[in-house]
Amino acid sequence: MNALVVAVGIGIAFGFALERAGLGDARKLAGQFYGTDFTVLKVMFSAIVTAMLGAYWLGRLGVVDLSQVYVPETWFLPQLAGGAIFGAGFVLAGLCPGTSCVAAATGRGDGALVMLGMFAGVLGSGLAFDAFRGFYESTARGALTLPQLLGVPYGVVVCAVVVMALLAFTIAEKLEARA
Amino acid sequence: MKHATPYADPYVAGVGLGLVLLAAFVLTGRGLGASGAFASSAAGLIAAVAPSHANAYFARYLGGDGPWREWLLFELAGVVLGGFLSAYLAGRLRLGITRGPRIAPAPRLAAAFAGGAFMGLGAVLARGCTSGLALTGGALLAAGSWLFIAAAFAAGYLVAPLVKRAWR
Repeated sequence: MNALVVAVGIGIAFGFALERAGLGDARKLAGQFYGTDFTVLKVMFSAIVTAMLGAYWLGRLGVVDLSQVYVPETWFLPQLAGGAIFGAGFVLAGLCPGTSCVAAATGRGDGALVMLGMFAGVLGSGLAFDAFRGFYESTARGALTLPQLLGVPYGVVVCAVVVMALLAFTIAEKLEARA
Repeated sequence: MKHATPYADPYVAGVGLGLVLLAAFVLTGRGLGASGAFASSAAGLIAAVAPSHANAYFARYLGGDGPWREWLLFELAGVVLGGFLSAYLAGRLRLGITRGPRIAPAPRLAAAFAGGAFMGLGAVLARGCTSGLALTGGALLAAGSWLFIAAAFAAGYLVAPLVKRAWR
């Protein structure tokens, strides 16, 4: 099948799931950072755990060759700084790049403005690329995974992430009940 | 007017989202994404109107089939369609501006634009956003993805008190 048809299909399912979860609503997302609404954490970590367990078991059972799946590369300092700047922008916007598209598609003007801002930010950063290229290309580690970094078996890290997520869910439920 | 139905349980929606991500791994050998589509269209715009500025950053999107046939651009078009479809079926389509109780529409839109611009810079530096780096790499246990998640959440909680007026 045409790869771009598959791309649209996966995108539709992605956008559908985000909207169902309520992640097209900026106030809901912002609530994450004020302790009133933990939807972001719950959706994000149940999605990560589901896909992580799926990939792990499909790989183990030989259904999927995980070496053929593209693993995002690690660049320590640029991703630390980029993550911090991204997080600051996220609170201000109340939406991330993907959810801003959902917000805009469902009629929210703020979603459209986040999309425009995102475009301007990428365009401006791209134009100024030579100014920070040295930093951008620093601390490259390739397709480094946590099991490799920590020297711990894949399955052990998978278990640890599940436990961590369950713990985070329990705390989130307690905090939400109090808010 | 049809009454809006409540949102799905976050855990159920999260598992659904995880299955979409898993399907992307199996069917395409890659995960989801969003910021790459913005980068690709920015590269396309630069190549069309100011090709002398098509530097090394934009160049990576200008090879192959070109910036307008980028996989992520089609995927993100799907996100727009899927979001619309879901909201339509649930009776949640509504024109308006989502904002906190103490902020007027114009400053809310300005904050939305500024926040988007910050995320643009952050996504360029980190080589991805919540979708392509956090979700996708998180599920594949990529070290940089977990670093990005930790940094983004930490910065979010640090900045939240400063922009409280926008939301609370």
